Amino acid sequence: MNSLITRAKELLENKSVQVVIGYEAGPTSVARPAFITDPAKAGTLIYDERCVQNLAVYLTKPEVKHLGKMAIVATLPVMRSIMMLISEQQIFADSIVVLGISADGSLLDIADVKVMQGYIEKSDLGNPEKYKELLAELNKLSPEERFAFWQKELSKCIKCYACRQACPMCYCTRCTVEVNQPQWIPVQSNTHGNMEWHILRAMHLAGRCISCGECGRACPVGIPCHLLTMHLVDQVHNYFNVYAGTSEKMSSVLSTFEPNDKESFII
Amino acid sequence: METTRKSIRKQSLEKLYNLLSASRKVYAPVIAPDKQVEYKYNPDFAEVTFEHIRSTLSVKNVVFPKVENLFFYSNAKTESTITDIDLNKIPEIVLWGTHPCDNAAFDILRSIFSWDINDEFFSKRFEKLVVIGLSCHLSDEYCFCTSVGLTPNSAKGSDILLSRLQNGDYQAEILTEKGNGIVTLSPELFEPISGEEVTVTEVKQKFNHEQVTVKLASAFENRFWIENSLRCIGCGACAYVCPTCACFDIQDETKGKNGKRYRSWDSCGFGLFTLHTSGHNPRQVQSQRWRQRIMHKFSYMPERNESLGCVGCGRCSSGCPVDMNIAEQLEALQNI
Repeated sequence: MNSLITRAKELLENKSVQVVIGYEAGPTSVARPAFITDPAKAGTLIYDERCVQNLAVYLTKPEVKHLGKMAIVATLPVMRSIMMLISEQQIFADSIVVLGISADGSLLDIADVKVMQGYIEKSDLGNPEKYKELLAELNKLSPEERFAFWQKELSKCIKCYACRQACPMCYCTRCTVEVNQPQWIPVQSNTHGNMEWHILRAMHLAGRCISCGECGRACPVGIPCHLLTMHLVDQVHNYFNVYAGTSEKMSSVLSTFEPNDKESFII
Repeated sequence: METTRKSIRKQSLEKLYNLLSASRKVYAPVIAPDKQVEYKYNPDFAEVTFEHIRSTLSVKNVVFPKVENLFFYSNAKTESTITDIDLNKIPEIVLWGTHPCDNAAFDILRSIFSWDINDEFFSKRFEKLVVIGLSCHLSDEYCFCTSVGLTPNSAKGSDILLSRLQNGDYQAEILTEKGNGIVTLSPELFEPISGEEVTVTEVKQKFNHEQVTVKLASAFENRFWIENSLRCIGCGACAYVCPTCACFDIQDETKGKNGKRYRSWDSCGFGLFTLHTSGHNPRQVQSQRWRQRIMHKFSYMPERNESLGCVGCGRCSSGCPVDMNIAEQLEALQNI
């Protein structure tokens, strides 16, 4: 990862950016996000198979934005998240330097958003292989069996909202669950209310989820809630032939009407 | 009560468990199909694990449930009727196989729930709790009980503390009258101690909590909080898995004319936690909320409750999606 360190150092030294968002090793075996502001500390940046968190979540965090112009270490899901955030006007394309990382872990030269778009378009945009089997298994179940599966899983939810906080697309400053007039979702954790929350979360991400799996990874009690949004990724692709986070001018699938939209799913 | 030491064979432990399980709610750790360690009521003894380091969630829910109904109400045209909860219906619960960190947490919770007014819901549940603890013969990189004044075989909070002996049997320290009550159910299961050594894991001390408390007194405005909380994403995982976090929200839920008031776990990591009706928020950004978390446990509580708000179980760090490692941060704070 010498090229990543060199590039990060260079960007900080020539003041092109004020912070590089990447990964570092912690005191345990897990890697974690790092915010490098001092070129002398660029050497602590790492990139290996432990670097799994979707760092795009920090692009909208006030304290990180406050540091100044940002460079971000970006694997494919991070690049797609950046694309979504640009299309939803949460960040500006020219305010971020993308330190792209290819599937084999090497540094890509992402000069601008057009180059990034080109890289994304060439990539496999479906759900990751490791989840396809699980999704297929869930789809094979009868609606009753599937309901029972989710009821069991979601009964474990403690409403810590790690799934929401870990997601780069969940950037609302006031989430529906924080609205209490009316109270859309019960504050307490109970199976019924937990299901309402997770269904609502998934629906808000329909056509916006970029299949990073971060929500499921973040869950402290191990609920595979990423399978809900990933199922919707398949559905949206099936009905609208669209994958999220592929262009800076993308319009939201569920809030855009096209005369030739399929209507077969409307009961 | 003076502590007595006995020895109990593995087979006798099974008999004791089955005896308790037949007549009481026994809350014991099992390994779930997804490999997470969770507590269940009255699982078969064969399912109960003696090999866990930490359960995903703490066991604080036995005295501080994630949702507790406080009262029910119904509204008629001119008046409302309130129906209280019958606290006498709260059953006795025997906690089985909880580790010394989790057991020490109960006294910290007690200090919070009886700080100004006595919380009758907590008190009743605590009164009905019997703790059969289990010393740790396993630990990992997240454990730091020895940094907060505990050890892997601290007896604090246990009514009986079991420790594994080298021959696979267990030592039973009978520490309280409640513990003695369990022994008298079947005294023949408890035999004289054999002289075998107990097997206890070693947990390295990472920081000196007294020095941390001293440093925190003047660290409120330190840059440390901003620099070290940039990666915190502001979820409530650390608070909800924590055995000593006791903050709660109170809500009314009404359906038609009837409703209930309940309290449920809350977390100081959430922005909404301190948001005023006026729109002003005294903790606007995550660094202020992270500071509050550490200050509360290591500065405010030692001063106000005369105990730390942490038992070193490591759940907040192992469960954190972004590796906010509290022991590492406290170690750094000791040296600022």
